[in-house]
This record gives sequence, C-alpha cells and structure tokens, in this order.
Amino acid sequence: MPSLQSNDFELFDVPVRFAQDSALLDARWKELQREAHPDKFVAQGAAAQRVAMQWSVRINEAYQRLKNPLKRAMYLCELHGAPIEAESNTAMPPDFLVQQMQWREALEEADGLDSLEEIAGQALSSKREQLSKIEQLLDDAKDFPAAARQVRGLMFIERFGAEVDARIDSLGQ
Amino acid sequence: MALLQISEPGQTPDPHQRRIAVGIDLGTTHSLVASVRNGVAECLPDAQGRVILPSVVRYGVDAAGAVTREIGFDALAAQVDDPKNTIASVKRLMGRGLQDIASRAQLPYELVDKPGMVAVQTAAGEKSPVEVSAEILATLRYRAEDTFNDDIFGAVITVPAYFDDAQRQATKDAAQLAGINVLRLINEPTAAAIAYGLDNGSEGVYAIYDLGGGTFDISILRLSQGVFEVVATGGDSALGGDDYDRALADWVLAKAGVTADTLTPGDKAALLQAARACKEALSATDSVAFAVRLARANIHFEMQAADFETATASLTQRTLTAARKALRDARLGKEDVQGVVLVGGATRMPQVRRAVASLFGREPLTNLNPDEVVALGAAVSAHQLAGNQSGSELLLLDVIPLSLGIETMGGLVERIVPRNQTIPTAMAQDFTTYQDGQTALALHVVQGERDLVADCRSLARFELRGIPPMAAGAARIRVTFTVDADGLLSVSAKEQGSGVEARIDVKPSYGLSDDDIARMLQESFSTAQQDMQARALAEAQVDADRMLLATQSALAADADLLLPEERQEIDRLMTALAGTRRQGDAAQIEAAVKALAEGTENFAAQRMNRGIRQALAGKNIATV
Repeated sequence: MPSLQSNDFELFDVPVRFAQDSALLDARWKELQREAHPDKFVAQGAAAQRVAMQWSVRINEAYQRLKNPLKRAMYLCELHGAPIEAESNTAMPPDFLVQQMQWREALEEADGLDSLEEIAGQALSSKREQLSKIEQLLDDAKDFPAAARQVRGLMFIERFGAEVDARIDSLGQ
Repeated sequence: MALLQISEPGQTPDPHQRRIAVGIDLGTTHSLVASVRNGVAECLPDAQGRVILPSVVRYGVDAAGAVTREIGFDALAAQVDDPKNTIASVKRLMGRGLQDIASRAQLPYELVDKPGMVAVQTAAGEKSPVEVSAEILATLRYRAEDTFNDDIFGAVITVPAYFDDAQRQATKDAAQLAGINVLRLINEPTAAAIAYGLDNGSEGVYAIYDLGGGTFDISILRLSQGVFEVVATGGDSALGGDDYDRALADWVLAKAGVTADTLTPGDKAALLQAARACKEALSATDSVAFAVRLARANIHFEMQAADFETATASLTQRTLTAARKALRDARLGKEDVQGVVLVGGATRMPQVRRAVASLFGREPLTNLNPDEVVALGAAVSAHQLAGNQSGSELLLLDVIPLSLGIETMGGLVERIVPRNQTIPTAMAQDFTTYQDGQTALALHVVQGERDLVADCRSLARFELRGIPPMAAGAARIRVTFTVDADGLLSVSAKEQGSGVEARIDVKPSYGLSDDDIARMLQESFSTAQQDMQARALAEAQVDADRMLLATQSALAADADLLLPEERQEIDRLMTALAGTRRQGDAAQIEAAVKALAEGTENFAAQRMNRGIRQALAGKNIATV
C-alpha cells in the first residue's frame, strides 16, 4: 500500500530499475493526479485540500525524478547506499577531465550557430553514451558505487550542455 | 418498498443540490462572467443583453459628499470628459509598484507611489488597483446572482499564465473584497484550451496564443483524455492591444508634428480612444480616417493598414520571440503542434493572424469568439470544481511561469523552483550561516529568470531567528518553497539541528495585509449596503452546511476506515456543529466548523490513501 513515504518506484508501481517506459510513466502520473489533485476535493473542506496537496506535490516530485534519467540514476544510487554527494565527492571517470577541458576550449572559441550546434551535438552523444553505461551498471552489474561515479561525470556533461544551450539561446534573440 | 430518507431537523441532506459556480474573465479591457446551464457554458448578459462589461470604473463624489461609482459602459462613456477619475486597464497596475509601470507617462490619471502597490488618486480618494478590480468583480457577481436568483457558491477567476505571485495574490485579494469564494485561479490560455478541447474533442499538442488588452501569453499544452497538461508557458504581462493603440497614437502624433508634453489628460484619453477605434476598423478594411480634436490642435488623417503594421511590427515581433522560447522550453518543434488557438480581442488584427500563421506554418483556429472563450472555459472548470459533475473528466496540470528563488551573498539569486515546473510543488534547498555565532538568517524571496536580485521581482522578506550559535557553515537551514494549485507561494525555513522554524505566506511586498482588506471591506460599496453581521452568519452557515455535507458523503463512502471510537468522535463533532448552526452565532459556528475539520483530518488522509491504492489496483488489472 503506497504512502507519502513510499519511494518513487513504489508510488508509481514500476520496477525499481533504471530502464523505464516513458509513456507508462506519463500515463501513471496522470492517473495518480486524477485521484489526488486538490481540484478533486475543492468542495470537501480544508483538511481534504491539505492532504490532497501533499499527495499531489509528492506525485509531481516522484514524476520529475523518474522522468529525468540523470535524477533517476542519482535516486537509484542513493536508494542502494551509494549517494552521489557531488559537492564533497569529486571522483570522476578516467579521461573525463581531459575531455571536459577540450570542450570548454571549443565552447570559448565557438563563434557562430554552426560551431555551437556541433558542440551541442557532441555533448548530446556523450550524454547518451554515459546513460547507457549507467543503465548497464545499475540494471545488469548492480555496481552502484561505479554507477555513482558515472553519474557525477554525467552531471558535468549536463551542466556543459546547458551552457551551450544558453549560448545558442542568446544568439537567437 | 423504497424507504424515504428523513433528515435531522435543520440538517437537510443536501443544502445545495446544484451549486452555482461561475467562471470570470477579469480582463484588461473588458470582463465577462459565464456559467454552465443545462450542460452548456454560456456568458451571462446584463439587463441590456450585453455580455461584455468594460473593465472601467469611474469614481466621484456627489453633492452630499458621498462616494459615487460608475462601472462598465457608463464609466467608459465618461473617459474623455473625466479622465482623472475614470480608471481603465487597471489590470496592468495589479501587484505593481510605480517603477514597474512603463507607460505611466501616457496614463491620464495620477498614480500614487505606495509601498507594495501603486494607487490611483481620484476625487473619491486613493484607490488601490485591488479595490478597482473588486468593483468589477462585484458587478459580475451581482449579475450572476440576479441571473440565477441565488447565491454563488464560488468562482474560477482567470489570470494571465505569465502573472507572477504578486499579481495572482492581488487578484485573489480583489475577489475576496468582492465577496467571492475563489474555487481556483486558472490561467487564461488553459481556460481557452478547455473551451476548445471540449468542443472539438482534441488530442495532442496545442499552442494557445493569447493577446489581450494588456497581457500576452503563449502556452504549449498537451491534451489527452480530458487531461490538460501545460508543458511550457511564456509571455509578457505588459504587452497587449493597449500597446498597439499607443504605438498607433504615437505614430500619428509624430506624423502630425505634435509633441506628447503639450497634451492634456483629456487629449491623452481622446487620442487613445481614437487610436483604438482606428485599430479596430483596420481589422476589416485597409484604410480608415483617424480624427481627433485636441486642446491645441485637430488631427485628421487617413490611416493605412500597412502603416499601422509597420508602426507595430516590433510589438508583434516580441510575441513571436516569446512563442519560440516557449517551444524551446517545451523541447518541441513547431511541427509537433497540432493546432494554434487564438484568444483575446487583439488577435483580430490581421497582421497578428498572419504572423502567427507563418510562425507555426498553419492557419490558427478561430471558431470560438476570442472575447468569450476564456470565460467559457473558466465556467466549465468552475462547474466541475463545485462538484456538479460526477466523475472527473477534467484534470488541469498547470506550471509555474517564472522561477522562484532566494537572495544569496552578493545579490545573486539561488533558484529553488525552476519555471515550467508542474504545480502544486514543494522544493527545498539547504543554506548555511555566514558568520560564527550567527543566530538569525534574513531570507529574501524573489521571482524571475535573471541572475541578479536587482533584476528580479521582490516577493517577500522574512527572518529565521533563534538559530543556536554555531561555527560559520555548521547550521543546516532547509528552505522549502511550496506552490499551490493556484500558483501561490508559501515559504518555510527550518534549522535541521535545532528544529527552529519560520514560515511565511508570500504577500507582504506587494500584497495587502488582512487589516487592509478588512478596512477596504468596510469602505466597499460591495458590502456597505449589507448588514455585515447577517452576512457573516450566512457565510458561516453555508460553510457549516458544506462541511457537514462533505463529511456525510465521506462517511457514506469510507466509514469502514474508521475505528468505532474514531467514528463516534466524528459523529459527536457533526452533531455539535449541526446544533451550533441552529443557534445562529457566526463565531461559534466557525469554531465548530474548524473543530470538525480538524477532527476529520486523519480520516481525510486515510481516504486519500485508499483513493491512490485504488488507482494503482485499477491500473494493475488493466495492464495484466
């Protein structure tokens, strides 16, 4: 029986693993919100409103985490006793820093939409690669500390990707 | 043989068989009220058969010194003769400080800088935008009550999706002032989508382009089986048809060689009226006469549609930029969009329609009246929220339009809730102390997308006191932002080690205190003619009936969740409330309602658990 303390996977009644069916998550999210959304209880007093709000918030929180591969991976690592602790733990996959520096240089030198989009493309394919490694480590090898290391690397790639997107956005205006 | 139900004396089983709920579109230029009647949403007309109420209020003082008000068409007619006391487009002032109002030089009335929100100086004294809006809302409320010859259970009021917390709070305060129970604030584009979605049975991704009198919204929604999921929203809460009027007026002035500083307040109002008439005529024809009589000059001019388009091209361009950004935020391309819905009177301008069609590569949908569509959608939502429809076909999953954050060292913003996050939501971030032995922490809550506090809107400041003295950086202070389904924010802060807590419902910087509201209620026309006490009693009794009914239906459905002693306690509280209700003391009834609400909180939680469990169980069967 689900409670506000259930983990995200239990709440959504999906297997505790990295690989997820995105359409199923969407459908489950909407089903749960149909049951718990405060709008359903407008005519039923403040107590019901408060509880509905708690549930609705909790469902949205779980959905955001399950839906986003990076957050889902971090959450799985934490559930299995290998927290990410990005601030204090800087252990990275090998070769990672070198690639990061090369990208940063490329981003600084990029002068137009074409070169920026090329960098964005590289970041995206590197992200996909990293995600498939993480999936393998989490779902097959069940090596959570190793997965956590890859996740820390992925966080850098995501941050870099966001910076590239911001540069592209600023060109578009 | 069927048994007849006999209810306890004074306790009818269903005091409101059908609750009258309305949708209100509180617009910049005009406002409407709509309701679902016989299964169909329709706008309610006034005694003269007009559904539109111009959002204009004129204040004055009569010979006896009493404050007078005209609202709607009468006030609109007085705009040129009495510009200083006739307030139009007040929506643009809601939740705004003086420095926020870009076009203040062109406004014919006198604005007063007040802490929190500007006020307008009128013959009847200073008027807050909240009071002015409340006059409009109260007028619509009376219209609805006259139509149904009954009290209104509640209303859904629409706001631009891009309204920030201060603007939403101001709107809710105005409704409270007008004596309206707000079921929900919903976003205008979402309301429009409801009206369209239900009519057309649409599925897929839709873009709602809403250019109103004073605000522009673009929302990207995903529709599936009655779920209206807002994927991204964007816009500009200070861009609308009014700006097209101004651009046209400026263009004509420049052409005629008249400088703006020679204009009297009457000139300004006359110019804007002429510009609006000219703009509206240009939606149907290529060229029209622009004629206005000013204090020092007469302007007569043949205005061409092409010139109007050129003079306003930068405004149209701003809307397109916002639309592209919303698509990017949604991570969708324009080819993913199944339909574009036009909302707002300003979308009648041909140049706007052409620009939208060319951006999305498809002709926009316009089969519903763009003036009415928002009110109609709000009415559908209100009807359902009031519980008039069994089964919940509609589910609105809205997002927060602007990021929320906290000021940190160096005037920088630490974002806590990113924009386009689905609401309701609660997000937390840990902070720590800066100095050794620091026992208090000042928190400054801001809203906006920029990195510097100075560039964002300040929403509230509050303090967490009583932190035990520790070394710098040792305290762990968790700041939690909670945004409810109306998009309204509350913030709490808790030191994790000591458990010291502080909490604020975000209102102070721009909102009104409860005292302000009480004062305005006293002064307000909406309630001055009524006996306040009788009103308080009637409201308390309606609350009591509502609470009793809700508890009865909850017991009917889920009484098996309760232990016998829990059931006894709830029955006792219900009997007590029913008894108090008959005695007719408002304060006692309120206390008894509160007692029942608190006494059933645990029951409500258990029922909610059961609801979720059933949803999961149903799904499991379906997937097998």
